[in-house]
Amino acid sequence: MEKTPKWVDVALIPLLNLLIAFVISGIVVLLIGEDPIKAIKVMVSGALGSPYGWGYTLYYATNFIFTGLAVAVAYHASQFNIGGEGQATLGGLGVALVLLAFPWPHWTIALIAAMAGGAIFGAAWAAIPAYLQAKRGSHIVITTIMFNFIGAAVLNYMLVNVLRPRGSMDPATARFGASTHLPTFHDFPLVGQFFSKSVPANVSFFVAILACYLVWVLIWRTKLGFEIRAFGRSESAARYAGISPVKIVMAAMLISGGLAGLMAINNVMGEAHRLVLNSVEGAGFIGIAVALMGRNHPFGVFLAALLFGFLYQGGGELALETTIPRELITVIQALVILFTGAFDNMLRAPIESFFVARANARKEA
Amino acid sequence: MDFGTIIEILDSAVRLGTPLLLACLAGLFSERAGIFDIGLEGKMLMAAFFSGAVAAVTGNAWLGLLAGVGGSMSLAFVHGLASITFRGNQLISGVAVNFLASGFTVLIAQSWFHQGGRTPQLSGNGRFDPITLPGAEAVQDVPFLGPIYSNLISGHSILVYVAFAMVPITWWVLFRTRFGLRLRAVGENPESVDTAGISVIRMRYTAVAITGVLAGLGGVYLATGLAAGFVKEMTAGRGYIALAALIFAKWRPVPALGATMLFGLLEAISNRYPNIDLGVVTLPIQFMQAVPYILTVIILAGFIGKAIPPRAGGQPYVKER
Repeated sequence: MEKTPKWVDVALIPLLNLLIAFVISGIVVLLIGEDPIKAIKVMVSGALGSPYGWGYTLYYATNFIFTGLAVAVAYHASQFNIGGEGQATLGGLGVALVLLAFPWPHWTIALIAAMAGGAIFGAAWAAIPAYLQAKRGSHIVITTIMFNFIGAAVLNYMLVNVLRPRGSMDPATARFGASTHLPTFHDFPLVGQFFSKSVPANVSFFVAILACYLVWVLIWRTKLGFEIRAFGRSESAARYAGISPVKIVMAAMLISGGLAGLMAINNVMGEAHRLVLNSVEGAGFIGIAVALMGRNHPFGVFLAALLFGFLYQGGGELALETTIPRELITVIQALVILFTGAFDNMLRAPIESFFVARANARKEA
Repeated sequence: MDFGTIIEILDSAVRLGTPLLLACLAGLFSERAGIFDIGLEGKMLMAAFFSGAVAAVTGNAWLGLLAGVGGSMSLAFVHGLASITFRGNQLISGVAVNFLASGFTVLIAQSWFHQGGRTPQLSGNGRFDPITLPGAEAVQDVPFLGPIYSNLISGHSILVYVAFAMVPITWWVLFRTRFGLRLRAVGENPESVDTAGISVIRMRYTAVAITGVLAGLGGVYLATGLAAGFVKEMTAGRGYIALAALIFAKWRPVPALGATMLFGLLEAISNRYPNIDLGVVTLPIQFMQAVPYILTVIILAGFIGKAIPPRAGGQPYVKER
């Protein structure tokens, strides 16, 4: 039996699925009486047409890299972590607590401490569902969904009753010290002159790229990564090979939750400079689309995160310049998840049998 | 707290529990047939929008109901296509369905009504009005039982009574009919059903369609009974609470009634008393809101009786060749 060429699997099928999602979105735009071509133009110029647009696109992409990697790592161990939203929420709490606890002298030290805080809180929020899955067989999808809601309630309580500064009505923490503000693209040498001060993209973007590389090393170059992949392919085979399911599920989920929690260095520490309600804004769920689109490979996740960063920023511009609400992006996101995830076999089955038949025909010839 | 207040809170619990009950029974049919459905939220939202929109335009709640159920069923069909025909991941499909509804409803609402993603306020025949049961006014003054009958049992919209009637009907269909036996078998051991010459695909599509109808009714009640019109994201996580109730009830119809009414009661209490002072500690409103989810995790963990889902749940059926 011949296999399909690799480029079909990693490029052709995802791109075709993406194309279908975009075509249907275009039809939806037509149905609500708008011009899809004009919509694309507005989105491209708004997200990619200026350094300002890029500054936002890369800022959003940074969030999605972290949450996409989180979903991807868990997926390699065949765990569907739908709790990125809650883990990123708790990560934000960790980052805020770290930054408010101590007058940090310099952003570099503050960043390292905040990364630890975000990752530990995110991982802790994934730990209970992971433990329940590993030890008691409680379905991780349901428990992580529940933990998203519990996380939202925890954050709400902490902001309203504990962290809110005295006399403030706003459910948010105090502002972090100016010395903890991360350098944005405006502060960078050479390129800084192109970006305005209001651009939110910051050094977290490079931390995200580093995270992509480290996840690649982890999954494909370490013993733990091998065990995670082996377990993800076949639990029983991994068990016979002496791999502990509890260890793998826990390890994969803690890393996953930690990555989701790390997102907070971008949105909480890098942009808002304080913790507010609903600071994650659905990025945890977009991570699912990003991981599916990127075929759970860090490089794929990086590209898919850029795509969704573009959609997010472009969608915002769309809402400003046309009558199309930004919920169009939610529809596109849903269609991408639907076609690259749930409807994957629709194209995959015929395309694969086409390539297999062609390869067989060649061999006979 | 006097008797009248207790009745008021229970009355509110019934109203708030009804959409949960309908969605929970919806999920029960699907999951009993082996199709996981985390897309209840999306189906309810879609139904809420289409019922609100059509009821606003036509001024007829029944037409709204038809449109709402139709909207919900279209998403149920998408879920069926993904999880039955294309043998895709049912959980991913559910996530997609939820986002599809979340984006689509606002997009269309904005395009049709230009009111920032809501539908016009419903009035008159656009809503399902409370029904006064026979004799409700006559027995009003009877001590104890009078107020229970006239204020708690009477005075709800038709969909509340439909929801409660669905509990014994669901039980009867699932456990006393041949269809129900087959449906449960498809969720536990599809091979056996296939061997008996019954189409697994058809059974599962039927179950998913029933899910669409019931979740749709839940959404219709939200927009035309509980509220007066559709508001962006008005389901507010109710589909997930229904899912929690389904696990809490261990996929059985009568406990589903208990679980959804308990969760409805929790919501009713936290609406009335945001912070509950127990003397030693004060329970904050955030805790009350999180209780359904915390209870579900505890149940899933198996510390209070184990919740075991249908055995073939989540797995696409592949016929042996």
